[in-house]
Amino acid sequence: MALTPQDVARLADLARIELSDQELARLAPQMDEILESMTNLAQAIDDDVPPMSHAAPLVNVFRDDQVRPSFSSATVLAGAPAVEDGQFRVPRILDEEA
Amino acid sequence: MSVYVNDDLMDYDEAMARFDVVIGLEVHVELNTASKMWCGCTTEFGGEPNSHTCPICLGLPGSLPVVNAKAIESAIRIGLSLGCEIAQWCRFARKNYFYPDMPRDYQVSQSDEPLCFDGEVTVEVDGEEHLIPVERVHMEEDAGKTTHIGGSGRIHGAGYSLVDYNRSGVPLMEIVTRPIYGTGTKGPEVARTYLAYLREMMRALGVSEARMERGNMRCDANVSLMPKGSTELGTRTETKNVNSLKSVEAALRYEIRRQAAVLAAGGRVRQETRMWNEGGFTTAGRSKEHAEDYRYFPEPDLVPVAPSREWVEELRATLPEPPAARRARLQAAWGFTELEMRDINGVEGALELIAETIEAGAPASAARKWWVSDLARRANEAGVALDEVGMSPGQVAALQALVDSGALTDKLARQVIDGVLAGEGEPADVVAARGLAVVSDDSALSAAVDVAIEANPGIAQKIRDGKVQAAGALIGAVMKAMAGQADAARVRELILEKLG
Repeated sequence: MALTPQDVARLADLARIELSDQELARLAPQMDEILESMTNLAQAIDDDVPPMSHAAPLVNVFRDDQVRPSFSSATVLAGAPAVEDGQFRVPRILDEEA
Repeated sequence: MSVYVNDDLMDYDEAMARFDVVIGLEVHVELNTASKMWCGCTTEFGGEPNSHTCPICLGLPGSLPVVNAKAIESAIRIGLSLGCEIAQWCRFARKNYFYPDMPRDYQVSQSDEPLCFDGEVTVEVDGEEHLIPVERVHMEEDAGKTTHIGGSGRIHGAGYSLVDYNRSGVPLMEIVTRPIYGTGTKGPEVARTYLAYLREMMRALGVSEARMERGNMRCDANVSLMPKGSTELGTRTETKNVNSLKSVEAALRYEIRRQAAVLAAGGRVRQETRMWNEGGFTTAGRSKEHAEDYRYFPEPDLVPVAPSREWVEELRATLPEPPAARRARLQAAWGFTELEMRDINGVEGALELIAETIEAGAPASAARKWWVSDLARRANEAGVALDEVGMSPGQVAALQALVDSGALTDKLARQVIDGVLAGEGEPADVVAARGLAVVSDDSALSAAVDVAIEANPGIAQKIRDGKVQAAGALIGAVMKAMAGQADAARVRELILEKLG
């Protein structure tokens, strides 16, 4: 199942990464190779090995429901590219929606 | 900007005769934890924009979320109340999408491993029981609030948007039903009743305020039609922005009539997200012809949740009386008929307010009367929820105490309600300030009776002749002269004394 440049273009679009045709053509076989390695890995694993998503064998790491001080809005907004009325100002959303 | 709506709609009864309705409901409920899902920022509503935020709920690089134990506890209690299984082990997942209300460009949610699954609840509509199969209850987080600037204030045509992340990361539960079949002509009412059930359940559990008008509880309503006799599911639409019980019923009715007209004309229902407009119609939103690809994957920053069976059973023991059982118990205790109970169930929040009013000392029938008749109408006129109408259960009980003591008639009591709702203070204050108390002072009443006798010599003569029932007309005249404030029983006695 070879990944085509079209597949990569679709993924790039989902991830909002702009890639040129040359880049798509170069990346498709590279990503294909990564997928193939994963397939090889899957073959080496027995069915009785549970899938793992975390490196640490921990469950139920919880915190108590206690309020702690938030940051001031001035601090929060200090790194924002654009601010208006104490809020983050972001470019128009419509193009994303269309 | 006015929205031009030109949908063809089929008559509802005709649509019911030709099609079977399949409904699916996705309900989001904000939990009332003190702190957010992954950080210690307060969940308190409002506040200066972005003042309830920190690197975690802003999704800044290097921040590490930690699960709020209370949120998991609430979620398990909700799941148990809905008859769900509780997962032995489940994970959070990243749902990837780009929208400025999610600063990380992903929402932490749960994908194919929900915390609670396979439940069901039964709701009753017009004496008929309907089973609502619950597919799953999963945990996620709320998003920030965007305000669109420029154009008409809507997202379309806006120049740019402002974002306030105070709600970002507030614990959110999503309760998803399986397709609901077999509702007959009652689909929209079944949906509404199910939502009312959920709301009552959330409040009884104490896990959410579940106020739809404040967005604590939100519903996306899916509906599709199948020609009678067909077993193949039709194309569904999903209607968002449904912010009240009334709206869910109205939105579903509208969509059923619209889809029926499309199908009857040989058309094809477009799979899309539609927006409910309080003007009473839905408008097309995003097309969902292409399934969205959220590229879910396990959230690496959060370890799995594995509630022990002991914990689950401990939580099961904390569950309150189920709403249906509670209603039946209260109905018996209060001595209400089925019909009276149905009236109460038909008014959002009435049951709770009546219960509190009775607790504050009012007789059950009086508590029901004030809330279901008078105050429900006032709330409706003002377009607010019943518990925001401006009169508390304590005040209603105080009002009824004045009626019971003979100081007020029901008619005068209604004027006192006017005063309380207008912010004139407690019922007793309004009675004093407006001079509304019943007049039972004999000298004032006697004078009014004399005037009435003089003005109605014919009627007076009839009473002298022994036609006691004619006294009603004189009582009416006296009441009118005294603006309804006379003690009618005493007036009657005085008339008979004078003419007997």
